[in-house]
Amino acid sequence: MEAIILQILNGLDKGSAYALIALGLTLIFGTLGVVNFAHGALFMIGAFCAVTLSRILTLSHTIVDETRTDFLGNPLKVEVPYVHDIFGVSTGDVIIDWAVPLSILFAIPVMIAIGIIMERGLIKHFYKRPHADQILVTFGLAIVLQEIIKYYFGANPIPTPAPDAFKGSFDFGQALGFDPNLIIYPYWRIVYFAFAMIIIGAVFAFLQFTTFGMVVRAGMADRETVQLLGINIDRRFTLMFGMAAAVAGLAGVMYTPINSPNYHMGMDFLVLSFVVVVVGGMGSLPGAVLAGFLLGVLESFASMREVLAVLPGLNQIIIYLVAIVILLTRPRGLMGRKGVMEE
Amino acid sequence: MFGLEKKDWNLLLFVAALVALAPFILNPFPENSAMAQFNAGYPDLMQRFVIFGIFAIGFNILFGLTGYLSFGHAAFLGVGSYAAIWMMKLLTMNVIPAIILSVIVAGIFSVLVGYVTLRRSGIYFSILTLAFAQMSYSLAYSVLTPITGGETGLQPKVSDPRILDGAIADGTIPKANLFGLEMGASFDLSIAGWVFTFNAGYYIAAIVMLASFYLAIRIFRSPFGLMMRAVKSNQQRMNYTGLNTKPYTLAAFVISGMYAGLAGGLMVAMDTQAGPERMFWTASGEVVLMTILGGAGTLIGPVLGAGVIKYMENILSKINSDILHGWFAFMPDGMEDFTVAILYPFIGKGWHLTLGILFMLVVIFLPGGLVEGGQRIRALFGRGKAEDKPSTEPAE
Amino acid sequence: MGILEVKDVGKRFGGLQALGDVNLSVKENSVHAIIGPNGAGKSTLLNCFVGKLIPDTGSVTFDGQSVLGRTPYEINQMGISRVFQTPEIFGDLSVMENMMIPIFAKRDGAFRLQAIPHMMEEKDIVEAAEKQLVDMNMADKRNMHAAAMSRGDKRRLEIGMCLAQEPRLLLLDEPTAGMARADTNNTIDLLKQIKDERDITIAIIEHDMHVVFSLAERITVLAQGTPLVEDTPDNIKGHPKVREAYLGEAA
Repeated sequence: MEAIILQILNGLDKGSAYALIALGLTLIFGTLGVVNFAHGALFMIGAFCAVTLSRILTLSHTIVDETRTDFLGNPLKVEVPYVHDIFGVSTGDVIIDWAVPLSILFAIPVMIAIGIIMERGLIKHFYKRPHADQILVTFGLAIVLQEIIKYYFGANPIPTPAPDAFKGSFDFGQALGFDPNLIIYPYWRIVYFAFAMIIIGAVFAFLQFTTFGMVVRAGMADRETVQLLGINIDRRFTLMFGMAAAVAGLAGVMYTPINSPNYHMGMDFLVLSFVVVVVGGMGSLPGAVLAGFLLGVLESFASMREVLAVLPGLNQIIIYLVAIVILLTRPRGLMGRKGVMEE
Repeated sequence: MFGLEKKDWNLLLFVAALVALAPFILNPFPENSAMAQFNAGYPDLMQRFVIFGIFAIGFNILFGLTGYLSFGHAAFLGVGSYAAIWMMKLLTMNVIPAIILSVIVAGIFSVLVGYVTLRRSGIYFSILTLAFAQMSYSLAYSVLTPITGGETGLQPKVSDPRILDGAIADGTIPKANLFGLEMGASFDLSIAGWVFTFNAGYYIAAIVMLASFYLAIRIFRSPFGLMMRAVKSNQQRMNYTGLNTKPYTLAAFVISGMYAGLAGGLMVAMDTQAGPERMFWTASGEVVLMTILGGAGTLIGPVLGAGVIKYMENILSKINSDILHGWFAFMPDGMEDFTVAILYPFIGKGWHLTLGILFMLVVIFLPGGLVEGGQRIRALFGRGKAEDKPSTEPAE
Repeated sequence: MGILEVKDVGKRFGGLQALGDVNLSVKENSVHAIIGPNGAGKSTLLNCFVGKLIPDTGSVTFDGQSVLGRTPYEINQMGISRVFQTPEIFGDLSVMENMMIPIFAKRDGAFRLQAIPHMMEEKDIVEAAEKQLVDMNMADKRNMHAAAMSRGDKRRLEIGMCLAQEPRLLLLDEPTAGMARADTNNTIDLLKQIKDERDITIAIIEHDMHVVFSLAERITVLAQGTPLVEDTPDNIKGHPKVREAYLGEAA
């Protein structure tokens, strides 16, 4: 029982990331009809927004502290972050400590801008081209984005810690009445899951309750008819692309304390997120979310020691295996709509 | 001749001349000159040119003819590699059985994968192939370690049984050979400042590549090739014309998988090692890049694309900032630094960036790849005929 | 006993009864038109003939053999060729190649792996294709990119491709839909010529009365998924039920 709860919890954070990326992929596919291979790169760029902001916050200048000396007896030179000068030492430290959550504010405009530039500058020229061309050009873009990040940030993972307040773990087991230390779960992962739920909820609410969202949903169902109504759907779709980029970016920002970001994390997640989208059903938003969590949790179960003893390596292949089985038995995925990508 | 039209025969001769003279063509600069770093005429790289040429030719039979974009073709190359290395461990270091088995095993594997993946088309097919390849990679990397050597991969060892070969003296490394002719055997020809290397392995791979190319031409021009182009053009019409598209696409998939297996087997014949990284999805992406860059659906395109990408990978990635500074030393200091700073991200370890940009530009502006570029240039100079009237054959 | 026998065919889509109790018999070597207002179930019925849809009830037999449950390519191999509403041709291929494919399909069946011989060395195929192009009056377009042709020429090519297989039954789905008058008349002339020159049965679904009355020997009027009347063109023209169901609606 404890083991099951633990694995479900463990699967949630990865599942959250899958769900958020797959949600954006589906939004883009559903609205624009474009298969975006660069979506993983957006997740990765989001993560590096967090890295960038924490670097900006720790930008320092050197001052000479006359009150202290180094081992040679000279006055000690200390690095002082600029935020200390601006906000004072204690507030400044809090700001640095909270770099990752603060990056959300930084990442939203950056990601939306990147998304809009991407759509207007590149993707829009590919609406009428074959899906293979869309895959190829976004694949090329993904390589370019990832290499740019690699050039500026290097190839090694960059540790980006969570705020001190969220370090450590929560003992779920004790809370549920099991023995202590059986089910422990890092606080940050709880935060990540909650954050993912909020974002997913916000996206669905936005699509459900705003006029904008209504038009987008109508456009997903039948683009031509909506255009006949005289609604400028292209501009809305551009914004939609920006939003999808922001969702992926935020997923990346918040993921940094879980796994130190590196330049190829986007591609690693993309391949799996595509599988998630296909399993959920191309063009189905609830399908994407459901499949994201489902596969995340399944992956986590497959990596249990007991399972691996029977079927070694199952954790490595479970997602692909499930995808293959689902595509063959339910060609439209779990919640796919008829007529989407069936040519 | 040999069942080819004049045009195709000329193309084959052209490619044959290119590979035969490659040691000269790829080494245009004297050994000790500053430009020698652009020489690509060393055995290792030349072997890779032709081997990836085979891989891309095969991929093009699937993607170029039927339009099915496989994102997992490296799996077949990897499977072929493992088959070949086991042949070398168990049977003999002679490359013939290794290569034959690699083709057979890759063929069987592609029947299985193709049977499943071809039940879907379009993006689903791409993702299914990707999923299969990643699964194969993960299996090779972890679970199947007894067969694949896991992360470290496999190499022939002195202690391997090798039942057809005699015992190897201790301390020597078993070398791949063709009836005694070692793949690594080379002959250097020095003329004035130039050094040209003629390598046995390269020429053997080149002959296999020419044979593969010849076979690809025959397939392109055959009724089967026509049917595959019809699959790409209009499956609905095919079905209502009494043709079952499934076996046609499966046959294309398997043929192209066998080409990949052949490439994998040859790779092992040259470097006698196999590892899971050959199956990673980036390796599958690379062959897609090669084919698109050269020109999908054309005969010569994949060969060109493989050459360009492998050349860039090896030559561009070797340039470092010192070399750049050397080139631009004639400029005033500030301008030199500026120019180097501009160019630096695109070379050395950053060559992937150049590749990505080049690839995007090709997909955006030249969907027909380098071949289309060549045709456009020819048309500019008034040599090409108006292109709105394609002949009965696909472009070469 | 007709070459195509439709017995008690019914098809439902959710709550919509698209076809109900359709009985129809197409006589060998006749031209049989199926007309009806929009939504009468004409296309649904046609799709039941070619394996695209399987009716819920009833049977469809071609030359005594059931076509139900067979795939489109199997049904084609039985001798039924279909012309689509928008011409379905191989746009990326040349006109000559377009014409060769159905002849290959006729000679070699649904699948045959011939990867080595040159396709132009298949003399019998090339000759047959060339003859068919001449018959279709398209020999001058032999090397043209099929997608680059006018709509009328595409239609002509598609009909030519179907005829090249020497089918026993040719199904035409609104063959003149969306065509200019001149193209429509050309198509009518072409179909008349085919009817006169070949032993072939033609079943045609059409909206355009001009086309129907120029060609058909027998007409079935479909309304709300059920045949209303079946008769000769002359009788259909004056039939009160037809006026009510169709011509009335059209006016």
